[in-house]
Amino acid sequence: MGAQVITVTSGKGGVGKTTVTANVGMALAMAGKKVVCIDADIGLRNLDVVLGLENRIVYDIVHVVEGRCRTRQALIRDKRVPDLYLMPAAQSRDKSAVKPEDMVRICEELRPEFDYILIDSAAGIEEGFRTALAPADLILLVTNPEVAAVRDADRVVGLVEAMGKPTPKLIVNRLKPDMVRRGDMLDTSDVLEILAIELLGVIPEDEQVIVATNRGTPVVLEERSPAGQAFRAIARRLMGETVPLFLSEDGQGVLGWLRRLVRSGGGR
Amino acid sequence: MSWLDRLRGQPSPRETAKQRLQVILVHDRSDLSPGLLEVIKDEIIAVLSRHVPIIAEEVRVTVTQDARECRLVADIPLGNRHGRS
Ligand SMILES: Nc1ncnc2c1ncn2[C@@H]1O[C@H](COP(=O)(O)OP(=O)(O)OP(=O)(O)O)[C@@H](O)[C@H]1O
Ligand SMILES: [Mg+2]
Repeated sequence: MGAQVITVTSGKGGVGKTTVTANVGMALAMAGKKVVCIDADIGLRNLDVVLGLENRIVYDIVHVVEGRCRTRQALIRDKRVPDLYLMPAAQSRDKSAVKPEDMVRICEELRPEFDYILIDSAAGIEEGFRTALAPADLILLVTNPEVAAVRDADRVVGLVEAMGKPTPKLIVNRLKPDMVRRGDMLDTSDVLEILAIELLGVIPEDEQVIVATNRGTPVVLEERSPAGQAFRAIARRLMGETVPLFLSEDGQGVLGWLRRLVRSGGGR
Repeated sequence: MSWLDRLRGQPSPRETAKQRLQVILVHDRSDLSPGLLEVIKDEIIAVLSRHVPIIAEEVRVTVTQDARECRLVADIPLGNRHGRS
């Protein structure tokens, strides 16, 4: 059996798939798991940059598919954690360079050696979508709490079900609790009610994500970052632990007010 | 949203977003556009009027859903042979 294959997908682009893949992958590795992250966004690779491994790429997934290197040779080991590896995408090719059966074969080869294989998919529901989903045991659907993103996420739920794959689990990214409280943004509960799928985690909007991405040090490495904490919670849920959800309710009511008071050290 | 808007009973952006999504998704999921529903409604009216008196202007054809199941619902008030219609 070996590794569980987890594909991170979305309907709309730019909602945080790569950020989720890098951070959840790293969080799992920080917890002592053997993890490989595969960048399936052929032609627009980013996972290498978000993980800060871009300077160490020699071979990529297309080299593996074309038999120009062994699968192992395309894996880059992250030196910050014990067992995190990246299989980069090719930058100068397009989505058709890797077929669903190629992705299945690569995962079958890696499965015995790892605990988790995370696949970062490309935006959209064309060719690359099927390739990224083909080997998935679990699908994580990332969305933002916005009308357009949720609408496209719903389409993906339908497509995934039509493919006979298990119903995706939801990750709501970039939630702004303040806006929710003011009634200016969809809350997690609204998104959940509409999509009617299981929630795996909520990640708040966090400026440190952008800083971390630019630096190439995933935000999970920051002990105190709110997004980092949310990513660690997601990783623990994937490992089967029960971890309370970060919800916008955090900021509501007397309890939320007290919490904020404590956090800000007494000031308002 | 401002405190004043809330007092005026304006729906919040959050509520508006949720309602819009619900309507959009009902049509996306059923692959029935609002325009197509109008066409279906007119055809239902045409067929039924040949058999029973109906109040055409009060006919409603909508798509509803609970969880992920959609259904097409037609609400067709029957006309009274003696009075209305
Ligand atoms: N929780 C967050 N807080 C702040 N910024 C975020 C958060 N999550 C993602 N971002 C930012 O949003 C942008 C898009 O994220 P990312 O590249 O992960 O999306 P994607 O879904 O992989 O995009 P694409 O569809 O192009 O592959 C990035 O600049 C990232 O830093
Ligand atoms: Mg990406």
